[in-house]
Amino acid sequence: MTNTDGTPNYGTVPSPDTEAYPDDVMAALLADAELIVARYPRERSALLPLLHLVQSVDGYVSPRGIELCADLLGLTGAEVSGVATFYTQFKRHPNGKYTLGVCTNTLCAIMGGDEIWASVSDYLGIGHDETTADGLVTLERIECNAACDYAPVVMANWEFFDNQTPASAKALVDDLRSGAPVTPTRGPSKVCSFKQVSRVLAGFNDGLADEGVGAGPASLAGLKVARATPATDGKAKK
Amino acid sequence: MSTQLTPILTRFWDDPQSWTLATYEKHDGYRALKKALAMPPAELVQLTKDSGMRGRGGAGFPTGMKWGFLPPPDGGPRYLVVNADESEPGTCKDIPLMMAAPHLLIEGAAITSFAIGCDHAFIYLRGEVVHVYRRLLRAVEEAYAAGYLGKNIMGSGFNLDITVHAGAGAYICGEETALLDSLEGRRGQPRLKPPFPAVAGLYARPTVVNNVESIASVPSILLHGAEWFATMGTEKSTGFGIFSLSGHVAHPGQYEAPLGITLRQLLELAGGMRDPSKKLKFWTPGGSSTPMFTDQHLDVPLDFESVAAAGSMLATRALQIFDETVSVVRAVSRWTDFYAHESCGKCTPCREGTFWLKQIMDRLEHGKGTQDDIDKLLDICGNILFRSFCPLGDGATNCVTSAVQYFREEFEAGMKTPAAELFPPAASTLFAKETVSA
Repeated sequence: MTNTDGTPNYGTVPSPDTEAYPDDVMAALLADAELIVARYPRERSALLPLLHLVQSVDGYVSPRGIELCADLLGLTGAEVSGVATFYTQFKRHPNGKYTLGVCTNTLCAIMGGDEIWASVSDYLGIGHDETTADGLVTLERIECNAACDYAPVVMANWEFFDNQTPASAKALVDDLRSGAPVTPTRGPSKVCSFKQVSRVLAGFNDGLADEGVGAGPASLAGLKVARATPATDGKAKK
Repeated sequence: MSTQLTPILTRFWDDPQSWTLATYEKHDGYRALKKALAMPPAELVQLTKDSGMRGRGGAGFPTGMKWGFLPPPDGGPRYLVVNADESEPGTCKDIPLMMAAPHLLIEGAAITSFAIGCDHAFIYLRGEVVHVYRRLLRAVEEAYAAGYLGKNIMGSGFNLDITVHAGAGAYICGEETALLDSLEGRRGQPRLKPPFPAVAGLYARPTVVNNVESIASVPSILLHGAEWFATMGTEKSTGFGIFSLSGHVAHPGQYEAPLGITLRQLLELAGGMRDPSKKLKFWTPGGSSTPMFTDQHLDVPLDFESVAAAGSMLATRALQIFDETVSVVRAVSRWTDFYAHESCGKCTPCREGTFWLKQIMDRLEHGKGTQDDIDKLLDICGNILFRSFCPLGDGATNCVTSAVQYFREEFEAGMKTPAAELFPPAASTLFAKETVSA
């Protein structure tokens, strides 16, 4: 996201004001919130999923969403905001339809993540935590996403795209922007929107759990070797 | 040739639809729970103690002993919280486990809950893996529908609810007390210990916090016995664990093996180095927070004691392999960026120290280091180590001090030559190799 004067906004500028939720949206939010709060012995535990829920409607943690969470949980807006700003998945400005996260932690960076980052950033003309002018792609440098055996890794709305190259990542961006079908390496058959994924993260299953593979080839590497050779007693050789 | 590998948790990951209840039941699924519900809970705690299993999440604290630390029941709630916030750089075992076999974790959580007298367990999953969250939500739904969760489970009178909770992006929430604060709807900042979670954890109630792999190992211990578990591994580091190989290795991936296996053996199983003409330069035994090893350490048995004796930590068995094309200064500089970014800001030594480490590592990476920089790095590390509430800051120092220990000359070179000049990054990438061999 950029500020009105064109400079990048790293979340340091206050969010734009928002209007109150329309009645039907508010009613749906309250119904969902009730289900979320009911999952926990103490209501404040519902705050993170409620913030994901706000993002599923507003595409970011909006001022009106903060007020809603505060009202529901008996907190102040400042308390809610203080929590939201701690976590990188909570966005302070409207997010693109797709978050493209390039892992540039050490292992992925060395395996090619730095080159992927440079080429995608260059290609889109945006940097970290910035969104393309068409509002479709928000680019992020992400930290280790627990898929090092598939390095270098790119995440699109938190779905795995394994063993990427600069070319494959650029093709992924093109497909996301043109609306062409995109299938994660290990995930459902499509990449859902940021808002749809935020709703899942609020704890509402979207029914896609049975899509995709159970394990990718690297997850099965040891099993494959073990199946090809007889087992020992499991005693480590001294 | 016989294999050193022991696929137990990973044994059915290649089944079609490995994540479903139907598949899990074909592979002994929920038989251990049935057995557990007929046993006195204290016996389950003892069995886990007898197995000798040490926690698989990093710290390596004996799992059964942790359960045994809960005070006697006082009529109030007691909680199990599964730490599924896997975020340590290099660590990538729990996420594939939950994607391929979520029911292993659900069954383990049910048995553990019964053992410790808990009727509401939580799984705290990092938020950045949405498909894993779907799989866990679905597995919990299936388990309720089959009567493995909910009221009066299998007619035993035992009730259990499991809530799967998604985090929202913060490495620090993998630290158990930060995780609890986060689960309570707060900023994920570590608490001062004591009190430990066993005494005052979630909502200040007695709480067991265990790693995913530890809990997922419980059903097999119950089915096959503590003795069976203890026959694997070494005397003090019993059992099996998932070793995650990544980086410059021919076949990166998950290798489930008894503790005590060596990197040399694992590399052999994984097809050797990615480019056989390149030498192994450095590697992490348990993620970026553990002091790095070099090619001198290929034969160190990967068990808790041997790795500690060699100056590092087994931690999460996250073996990140780097060959001789890689600048150690660049690697450490990037890890330092990570710690500076993820330091939660609560404790001054970690917050300020990681900030200054980052400035200096950045200079050195770009060939602009000063004469004093190496000493200054070590001095700052000394002022971070053991001076904060949690081990994040300690982890930040380990890669720096170990890299200086083994590769001091590369840090000295950083006073005048950029790392990218000494070690052109293109030579290390996955696709560079493919282009060359194509």
